[in-house]
Amino acid sequence: MIFVTVGYQMAFDRLIDAVDQWAAKHPEAEMFAQIGPSELRPKNMPFTAFMEPAEFTRRVEECSVLVAHAGMGSILTALQYGKPILVMPRHAARGETRNDHQIATSQRLGERPGIEVAKDETEIADKLDRLASLTAPPKISAVASPELIARLNQFIVGTG
Amino acid sequence: MTKPEMPKAPDSRPKVLAIASGGGHWVQLMRLRPAFADAKVTFVTVRRTYQSDVPGEDFRVIPDATRWNKFKLLLMAAKIFWIVASVRPDVVVSTGAAPGYFAIRFGKWFGAQTCWIDSIANAEELSLSGQQIRPHASIVLTQWPHVAEASGVEFAGSVL
Repeated sequence: MIFVTVGYQMAFDRLIDAVDQWAAKHPEAEMFAQIGPSELRPKNMPFTAFMEPAEFTRRVEECSVLVAHAGMGSILTALQYGKPILVMPRHAARGETRNDHQIATSQRLGERPGIEVAKDETEIADKLDRLASLTAPPKISAVASPELIARLNQFIVGTG
Repeated sequence: MTKPEMPKAPDSRPKVLAIASGGGHWVQLMRLRPAFADAKVTFVTVRRTYQSDVPGEDFRVIPDATRWNKFKLLLMAAKIFWIVASVRPDVVVSTGAAPGYFAIRFGKWFGAQTCWIDSIANAEELSLSGQQIRPHASIVLTQWPHVAEASGVEFAGSVL
């Protein structure tokens, strides 16, 4: 199962449309898409606008790979469940987000194993064709680095 | 040598207000939870469904808004002010974005120590909210060493 997700805040039709076109040519691929507040109606894969956190977690657990915007919620959840993820950054100039932080995020985190980046929709089909070769990332812990936890705990206790 | 029995001490744990907007901001806040082990925590966010992430905890919902919708932002700020004024936290911790900005500003008025943890999504420079809260927060942490170097804010690990 390929789980496609764009978060709940804004639509990301450029990604959904590209994935939907790929799905048309690959009827054998099992897909499910969460498309956000969008007017788009994908024709070649089942979809929903939003989902509850519990369902989101279940979909991530059940999928073999995620295709997502380069949002940290999607990326962190994929890593936590050890699922490979293909991300495409939103662009501010196209009104897909407010600034271009997803471009920097995808560049930095794209160096990690299990995270693949499609710069734009023209790379999506090609990357989707090669999804099977994506290796699963090592599962990360469910919590932040010990260093950050300790720093924050010290800050809280020191002031309490 | 037994001491006379003292009346039972009131809950002396520090009161923490842990606040974040939705998506990746909330996911990152959840990864910091071990740091709150010695505290009495009130979680504040923008989606009621996130309550399932913190069962049994004090959980408050505020209206969702970004800096781009002034009216909703005002509603959000009012609700946050009310929560801060009634909870009277010793410490405010936020992973962003707009809700954390307000909570830290209001928290400081009530004497709270405040900590802003800039989202790991800001891999290039400190977020706009992070830059704006910097003069007001007790500590500001970035999750990227190179951002720390360039901006002069502290790096102490990341949510990864």
